[in-house]
Amino acid sequence: MNHAPLAAAFVADAPRAKWHDETLWFVRAKRDKAAQSVPEWEELRECAAQIKAHTVSRLADYLEQFEREATRRGAVVHWARNAAEHNEIVLKLLSDRGVKRLVKSKSMLTEECHLNPFLERHGIEVVDTDLGERIVQLAGESPSHIVLPAIHKKKEDVGQIFHEHLGTTAGATDPNYLTEAARQHLREKFVQAEAGLTGVNFAIAETGGFVVCTNEGNADLGVSLPTLHIASMGIEKLVPRAQDLGVFLRLLARSATGQPITTYSSHFHGPRPGGELHIVLVDNGRSDILASDEFRRSLNCIRCGACMNTCPVYRRSGGHSYQTSVPGPIGSILAPSRNPKMFYSLPQACSLCGSCSDVCPVKIDLHHQLLTWRRELAHQGLLSRSKRLGMQAMSFVFRRPALYRLAGRVARWLTPLLPRFMIYNGLNAWGKQRELPDFPAKSFGEQYAERRRHESQRNS
Amino acid sequence: MSRNEILKSIRAQRVPTAELPSLDRTWLRFADPLAQFESQLAGVGGRAVRVRSTDEIAPILNARPEFANANGIVSHVAGVAANCDLATIADPHELESVDWAIMPAEFGVAENGAAWVTDERIRHRAIYFIVQHLALVLPADQIVHNMHEAYARLSVGSSSLGVFISGPSKTADIEQSLVIGAHGPRSLTVFLVEPA
Ligand code: SF4
Repeated sequence: MNHAPLAAAFVADAPRAKWHDETLWFVRAKRDKAAQSVPEWEELRECAAQIKAHTVSRLADYLEQFEREATRRGAVVHWARNAAEHNEIVLKLLSDRGVKRLVKSKSMLTEECHLNPFLERHGIEVVDTDLGERIVQLAGESPSHIVLPAIHKKKEDVGQIFHEHLGTTAGATDPNYLTEAARQHLREKFVQAEAGLTGVNFAIAETGGFVVCTNEGNADLGVSLPTLHIASMGIEKLVPRAQDLGVFLRLLARSATGQPITTYSSHFHGPRPGGELHIVLVDNGRSDILASDEFRRSLNCIRCGACMNTCPVYRRSGGHSYQTSVPGPIGSILAPSRNPKMFYSLPQACSLCGSCSDVCPVKIDLHHQLLTWRRELAHQGLLSRSKRLGMQAMSFVFRRPALYRLAGRVARWLTPLLPRFMIYNGLNAWGKQRELPDFPAKSFGEQYAERRRHESQRNS
Repeated sequence: MSRNEILKSIRAQRVPTAELPSLDRTWLRFADPLAQFESQLAGVGGRAVRVRSTDEIAPILNARPEFANANGIVSHVAGVAANCDLATIADPHELESVDWAIMPAEFGVAENGAAWVTDERIRHRAIYFIVQHLALVLPADQIVHNMHEAYARLSVGSSSLGVFISGPSKTADIEQSLVIGAHGPRSLTVFLVEPA
């Protein structure tokens, strides 16, 4: 997979790409307003980063404490080394109880594990209940954003999808009407479901419970009707103390959508009377990331999506071009950790503008890590041929000052004389979608030398 | 055995130690936390109503057509009549036809307009999410300034479910247009009972 051609396909529809860009920027602007309304914002970020750094430094202890406390409250804790184990555990829980219908609420982890197709192959109906996720599920796609899963769809698209699957009026595009249709459709699914699965935003070692944040209330509805609740969580979701939630809940929604808090922040501790609660702790590569001084901080991520909303590359290339369950800046760090061969192109897309690191509520140094990845991937020999050859040629020229000066002179003289097609063609990625600036008459080196000459004349 | 392998693999990594920060400091406070709570709640699509006693709640609700014409009503607040008793319902699925619930909340948070509720002594937690309209009732002097104070006062884990609810159920998943009433309640009213 390669990010650039997929992004090119997205950008080919120029008005849509522009709309995508502006919509996400709008969300980013809301985040700014929300962040500025909290005077101690920077202090909160610092606390969040410190809490996370501390937690991962003692992760095994905290996981054991979590397991102990959760078990004490009547939950059953399962451990999965990888996606396959996670899926098997979930399947077994369902099939042991004869469950045929499962409602799910936003869990990027189950996306990461490709749980839906797995369960469907085993004859279980899986319904994603977050409206955005339901839209992409009906469309046969995956979420293109971790907080706004259907951000790439226009209301006309949703109208068409709902017309085909839910029988709404053809051509209807009113969000109120479409949401009402989804409400009725999903209520039916909630009532029929025999089990509910949720993700986990934060798990608390001290109490053995966990918090799920939604605006729609779908997680709550999904787990309060059936008796079986399964919660899937990555092992990095832990915080040590309940009071730590004060820091993270203040940061999460403001960073994600600019809201002061999500509509529902639900704290689950043990099964409800007469029910069952199963928690699946998933590693899937996370303990490996722990080992690396460079990338460890990527485990701090609370999946707010702010880095995507602000990223000039994400906004213009669409989440699907990343081909990974978590796209954008943080996805471009996490994906190569899992599979460098497959995702080598993601860190190359970064413009190193640093905006992601500025907005990240848990202070992940995203753009530094992306730069580190580039070095690392080059080191592993995973650059594309064109990039490798280009860099080799450049290094050859840069090491020979005379050749460098000669090449510059030739280029300044020759380029303005060349016909357009010789400059703006497939070989020149920099000329795509933009005009190159005019070449200056003199190189920087020449101007510098001239200036030095003038100055020494003036001073003498 | 995955458990031991995961723990072993985590313990094998050399992760630098880091202190857990103390959160005991002065955080955001408001001159008038009650007014701040009301304006935050309005900002997220909810409605705050000040009353002098719980007796005032029923007349206010009765004046609303969606309450006067409601089918099922569940109430855990004295003075507000109900026609459906959670304690006698065996299966929460039956709550599908309940239109209104009037429930007590423990306290509110000024910085974000959220109210804290739990399923303690409440047979079906689904009631908070399945009804068409939700009203919460809380003492007006029980508003804390911020989330840190909120966690300092509540005891996390004392009930199997505890929720901060801030406004009605909503979504913006279709072209970022805000629509109220996604799966849960289409409206949230918070009655703030002023101290006698
Ligand atoms: S990396 Fe930071 S900004 Fe990006 S999703 Fe994670 S927490 Fe949010």
